[in-house]
Amino acid sequence: MQLRKLAFAAVGALVIGGTAATPPASAAEQFVPLLVYRTGPYAPNGIPLADGFNDFMQLVNERDGGVNGVKLAWEECETQYNNDRGVECYERLKAQGATGSSVVNPYSTGITYALIERATADKVPVLSMGYGRADASDGRVFPYVFTLPITYWAGADVMVQYANEKEGGSLKGKKIALVYHDSAYGKEPIATLERLAEEEGFQFQAFPVAHPGLEQKATWLQIGRQLRPDWVFMWGWGVMNSTAIKEAAAVGYPMDRFVGIWWSGAEADVVPAGDAAKGYKSLNITGVGTNAPIFEDIKKLHADGKGLADPKNIGTVLYNRALVNSFYFTEALRTAQGKFGEKPMSGEQIQWGFENLDITQDKIDSAGMTGLLSPVKLSCADHEGGGSAVVQQWDGAKWAAITDFISPRRAALRPAYEASAAQYAKEKGITPRDCS
Amino acid sequence: MLYREAGQFKTSYGSDQAIFPIRQDQIGIALLLLVAVLGVPALAGEYWLETIFVPFLVFSLAAIGLNLLTGYCGQLSLGTGGFMACGAFFAYKLTTAFPELHVLVVFLLAGVGSAAVGVFFGIPSLRIKGFYLAVATLAAQFFLVWMFNKFDWWTNYSPSGVISAPPREVLPGIFLTGTEATPITKYLFLLGLVAVLALVAKNLTRGAIGRSWMAIRDMDIAAEIIGIRPLWAKLSAFAISSFFIGIAGALWAFVYTGSVEALAFQIDRSFQVLFMVIIGGLGSILGSFLGAAFIVLLPILLNNVPAAIGLQMSVEMVSHLEFMIFGALIIFFLIVEPHGLARLWQIGKEKLRLWPFPY
Repeated sequence: MQLRKLAFAAVGALVIGGTAATPPASAAEQFVPLLVYRTGPYAPNGIPLADGFNDFMQLVNERDGGVNGVKLAWEECETQYNNDRGVECYERLKAQGATGSSVVNPYSTGITYALIERATADKVPVLSMGYGRADASDGRVFPYVFTLPITYWAGADVMVQYANEKEGGSLKGKKIALVYHDSAYGKEPIATLERLAEEEGFQFQAFPVAHPGLEQKATWLQIGRQLRPDWVFMWGWGVMNSTAIKEAAAVGYPMDRFVGIWWSGAEADVVPAGDAAKGYKSLNITGVGTNAPIFEDIKKLHADGKGLADPKNIGTVLYNRALVNSFYFTEALRTAQGKFGEKPMSGEQIQWGFENLDITQDKIDSAGMTGLLSPVKLSCADHEGGGSAVVQQWDGAKWAAITDFISPRRAALRPAYEASAAQYAKEKGITPRDCS
Repeated sequence: MLYREAGQFKTSYGSDQAIFPIRQDQIGIALLLLVAVLGVPALAGEYWLETIFVPFLVFSLAAIGLNLLTGYCGQLSLGTGGFMACGAFFAYKLTTAFPELHVLVVFLLAGVGSAAVGVFFGIPSLRIKGFYLAVATLAAQFFLVWMFNKFDWWTNYSPSGVISAPPREVLPGIFLTGTEATPITKYLFLLGLVAVLALVAKNLTRGAIGRSWMAIRDMDIAAEIIGIRPLWAKLSAFAISSFFIGIAGALWAFVYTGSVEALAFQIDRSFQVLFMVIIGGLGSILGSFLGAAFIVLLPILLNNVPAAIGLQMSVEMVSHLEFMIFGALIIFFLIVEPHGLARLWQIGKEKLRLWPFPY
């Protein structure tokens, strides 16, 4: 009986303590919430991403003493790549720190969709780097959403450009197939590819793959035996990627004509496919490898015992992507501090920082990130910033870039963003901001 | 001592048949509602309202819906996710086609539409039972999600297949959806709607229709012999259950997440609601609330505990612990009381009536 009472008391104390305790907030720190997925079905992608964020922010604090003396503080929250938990994490962390959440990087198209309205209402910028809504590049309708450096629609354009170049300058009469995850994410490129098919005269066919994408035999028999396309593009995620590579190899589809989007081109996507993946290509929005000077600093950080990442993740595709993502954020913070003073910035001020962000090649070089990213310049209306993507190839052991940064043809994309954003604005009753 | 009904005399049939015949229960429920209406919005922060109470209320409604079908009528269904999707997409199409329609009307109409779909997929229940029926409803689950994902018309030709709730007012100037909606509006609206619908559900189960469901559940042949028409009883259970679930789906998309794609209503969602009903208690409206609280809130609580008591732990460790403890608790409660949390509550009440002199 005594024991039982004790147990009840302990549980009670736990519950009461759980509701009463609030984490301490330091006045001079800039708080960054980290929505991570270190567990669940997409953990192989989530872990290097989370590691990259941790290492970069630790490096900024340890090496530079923060951004203009303002140290970065952050807390991880596990979403398991689950939309409900993503919303919960966002709400849990948004009021922490001196100025609340200053930016949110959802790293999931679903969570991004769920957060666009909330974050806009709370004045917290959403940095969806290479995912989320492509039409959010129109800053007049989506003031708090940033899609830099490049969107899925632009990615589709880069793929077509690459195929065009490999085919000697014309895609007329060629066949291109798209294998896509049957979800909001996978459907993004279809409209762009259909438009390009009409303009460039290639035949386009799309093949949906049901979530999670373990069953693709019929799809690939159709592609490899019946349609026999000249190029296959893929919008896959998680286990779908390695399955597709294995099935493509099984029907004898040539790997060097198989190009994935940047979420189908990490180590976790190709290693499980083994030798079959050799020669497979994908886009990437960041450079690959550990050649950039910043990796010297990261190695030093780890040598001093202050690194937070698992050392084997350093230099992997997604780790590098997180480095670039954090760099965009610290630069936006720096830009905002240039106007509002060297103190922690609120979400509203950082939104200004993003809209006036101008990352030149000089800034990239002086940050030691040469080759990891291409210059971007944002404005009130343009939240994509004119970034670009490279094509990389897997040689069986590592990824290597095989092209320079390729710029999408935005002259045709921009009207598409604006048309789609205008439809959203109409449905939502939003009056677009005046950016002139 | 406090919980004793000595001296409370029932002098009319009405008082004898009340939902809460004991005065202490009446006071208790009144206090609970008072706290929910006044106390919670005043004390709970945005985090609690948005991520704890709102999903809890939405899931409670879904669990009530499934409980009417599975708990009261005995028809096992795995189509809950599909019917929730129906509600969400019907509501979206309705409100975008007729923007002047009040949002409450939209939700109710979406529920009616889901009820029609539920009746259609309930037709096999006249011939097949138990696990076989579960498989037939599974077809509804996959077909509906596939349909909403496949045909762009449902999403107004959105390139990504995501629907996003347009801003709608519940009272002039007070927005329920969209960026201007406050958590308190959402919470109070949901609280009112769920309370009214729960009352409707409770009364349905106490009336002729509910008794015919229970007769079918307990022994369908005997029920038929005493004059209950299985066609009518089963299809009405499917219709009313889908009505509740459809409204829950619409609320999920409009009030909770604000934007949703068909994949959010996959088979996992069906299992989630089924587990709520089983853990909460089959054939109990209270059990639906308890089950929803258990499945929705406990993982979040477990996830917050280590940080709240100052334990330094990596997020993946917390996440793994959450899974382990949650799983262990499910097994614990099912062993202690296979009839669900509602039954535990009932036993507790009976003990309380005898306390402090148990015999």
